[in-house]
Amino acid sequence: MSELKLMKGNEALAEAAIRAGVDAYFGYPITPQSEVIEYLMTERPEERTGMVVLQAESEIAAINMVYGAASTGKKVMTSSSSPGISLKLEGISYLAGAELPSVIVNVVRGGPGLGTIQPSQADYFQSVKGGGHGDYKLYVLAPSSVQEMADFVEDAFNIAFKYRAPVLILSDGLIGQMMEKVNLKDQQERLTDEEVIKQNGDWATTGKTKNRERNIITSLDLQSEKMEARVRRLMKKYEQMEQEDMRYEEFQTEDADYLFVAYGSSARIAQKAVQLARAKGIKAGLLRPITLFPYPKKVLFDLADQVKGILSVELNAGQMVEDVRLSVEHKVPVEHFGRTGGIIHTPEEVLEALEQKIIK
Amino acid sequence: MNALDIIKPENQVFCKSKLMTDTTLSYCPGCGHGTAHNLAMEVIDEMGISEDTIGVAPVGCSVLAYDFMNIDITQAAHGRAPAVATAIARTWPEKYVFTYQGDGDLAAIGTAETIHACNRGENIVIIFVNNGIYGMTGGQMAPTTLEGMRSSTSPYGREIKSMGSPLKMTELVANLPGVHYVTRQSVHTHKHARKAKKAIKKAFENTRLKKGLSFVEIVSNCNSGWKMTPLESNIWMEEHMFPYFPLGDIKVNGILK
Repeated sequence: MSELKLMKGNEALAEAAIRAGVDAYFGYPITPQSEVIEYLMTERPEERTGMVVLQAESEIAAINMVYGAASTGKKVMTSSSSPGISLKLEGISYLAGAELPSVIVNVVRGGPGLGTIQPSQADYFQSVKGGGHGDYKLYVLAPSSVQEMADFVEDAFNIAFKYRAPVLILSDGLIGQMMEKVNLKDQQERLTDEEVIKQNGDWATTGKTKNRERNIITSLDLQSEKMEARVRRLMKKYEQMEQEDMRYEEFQTEDADYLFVAYGSSARIAQKAVQLARAKGIKAGLLRPITLFPYPKKVLFDLADQVKGILSVELNAGQMVEDVRLSVEHKVPVEHFGRTGGIIHTPEEVLEALEQKIIK
Repeated sequence: MNALDIIKPENQVFCKSKLMTDTTLSYCPGCGHGTAHNLAMEVIDEMGISEDTIGVAPVGCSVLAYDFMNIDITQAAHGRAPAVATAIARTWPEKYVFTYQGDGDLAAIGTAETIHACNRGENIVIIFVNNGIYGMTGGQMAPTTLEGMRSSTSPYGREIKSMGSPLKMTELVANLPGVHYVTRQSVHTHKHARKAKKAIKKAFENTRLKKGLSFVEIVSNCNSGWKMTPLESNIWMEEHMFPYFPLGDIKVNGILK
């Protein structure tokens, strides 16, 4: 039993969070994601499920509130947009270092600096190449529809608790603001305090009982050998993520001579460009990475044996294209196409770029 | 009288709390942190709330508080302990949540988190140890460093004109309606430690009664950072710190003194 609704991406994400039995949300207003906290405040989730919603004094406070609730084993999330995520990066590094399950949502706008409030995909590097300090990675999910904005909340928490690690949902102003129909899942019960303790009591700071040692949540190891062991433990998680939880989608790649690689909103536009290309007799296909880390490296490596060239389509000045190049190991030409400043490329522009940069 | 006679239980004035671990304290000999830790643990033990208490450790000398306190502790990023504690208290409203922070953590980098947690009246206890210096990083100027006081980043003494006045965070938060109890104590003599313990107990009682935020400042010494012997540092503290940071209750039961 699900419910069909017409919603904005940001609202669908917020509603999905309530329905997924999330315990707490901490946020701070920033365009183009403010609808998340506005929707939550309007819905009174504390009455619907007991979910805590709090507007923090800053993005920094909000991510540290996430750290606090996550340290006790609760299901907790925050959302923001690019400049706000930059502020959260210290906290995200701590979440990774202290191995805390948590979900962060970035509804990306253009940068650098205050940039623009219009959609962008210019936070790819920040999301998959670290962003914050130290040796860590985020599991990054990139929704390309309002439906995925809703569905990825639960998926993100499943990964976060499977690995005890922070997970990023990397959306953008286009997916966050547009309205589409969305199938909402049924309400999932929030865990009771007793269930949280039963599930996470072996590591979470829920209060030291007589039958166990005290639990400590920290990212600090002053002993180098211990710190190195922690880093190795993290790297092992990331390896396991690559083996078990990498996600992607292919569109008309079976007979493709040319390949677009695009995620999120760009993938929708590239999909249309595939259709335009085929109408002109150009056999194009699309690979859409759903997880940006882990990245579908092997899939790309294999596709490079089949296609004559690859165009990485991104709403930025060229970021993911580096990973595409690394994946195909110079087997075929790889170029980038993308608009910036909040301008959304059209399918016609994308096809033209393929013809000019790859087919020639 | 030999030593064994002195340590008979009936003669004991102070002892290590059962909630303190056997780990050797990382604090310099003569530092007030050990006493402040012990008092907090005594209160939690006596109230019988250790199973329902979650501590939040800061960044600074007491970053390793979790090595010494035998309770569940989350260690926060620098200055963010009140935000971390906010979330724990909101998601576990029946628990006792406290932060233990120094002056650099609470009154410099964490000023916003401190003021806003206080203003929201979060049902938590903040224990604020103020020794007027950054001890952990080697004795740099803190927001609470006194005028004329030397530190490695104010080597000729704090100059008000260029470095600002020492910040009275405790008086500042006392003015916020969400704050229920504000007091300033010290732990450098038995008499002062007993009073400080009473204050900490009152703070945790406030949590039990869901009265909102309790703020206990402990003016303390940093003999290493101040480059004095422990005894000299305590005398210097009495002569210089107390006149600027006077001891006593500032706000009780939500009413300013």
